[in-house]
Amino acid sequence: MPVKLVFLGKLADLAGVPTLDVAAPLDWAGLIAALPGPLGEAVQGDRVKLAVGGTVLADKTALDALDGNEVALLPPVSGG
Amino acid sequence: MAREVRLSEVAFDPAALTAAFAAAHPGHGALASFVGQVRGDDAVKALELSHYGPLTLAGMEALADQALARFDLLGLLIVHRVGEMRPGESIVLVAAAARHRRAAIEAVDYAMDHLKSDAWFWKRERRGGEWRWIEPRAEDHADLARWR
Repeated sequence: MPVKLVFLGKLADLAGVPTLDVAAPLDWAGLIAALPGPLGEAVQGDRVKLAVGGTVLADKTALDALDGNEVALLPPVSGG
Repeated sequence: MAREVRLSEVAFDPAALTAAFAAAHPGHGALASFVGQVRGDDAVKALELSHYGPLTLAGMEALADQALARFDLLGLLIVHRVGEMRPGESIVLVAAAARHRRAAIEAVDYAMDHLKSDAWFWKRERRGGEWRWIEPRAEDHADLARWR
């Protein structure tokens, strides 16, 4: 099974799709390689967080996603 | 009903929900509530709130628990809309019941400051046919920092 990337907020606009399957396993370097251009640059920004399987990573560069994991790419939030 | 936290995919009636919440806490002494709505005073034609299932509701529940631990409350209600909405529609309702007013008022303020810039929502608005993502303003971050 691949790793499923889920793009939230403006990252979905940059990606042009809400989700993208990429080969497992997936580390930080692999993620950036899979997201070229403005999307990759945005994901590297300080304010973008990653969650794997519903748990937000304290250090996104420690990404280590396995077969079947869902990786959410979370830009700055805005609610209310 | 000490804690009720909901995401709503459809329009909700904040007055009816607040009345039910008040009725569930008879003799509460103090009840404070806040309703946020889509502003209708400018060129905004629509607002869309998106969320992420694995994080958003769980995060709101954790926020409610933090408020219940921090303030002397009898109950707390948080309802947050997701999806596309029009000017005048309600986005968020927070209501707190307590024995005394300060706890109720502060709990609502606390919950709203966290929902604005520390909850898993993404907001965009449509003006003149163009969608634009909204990020928290500096004052939203300053409001949140008051509680730390």
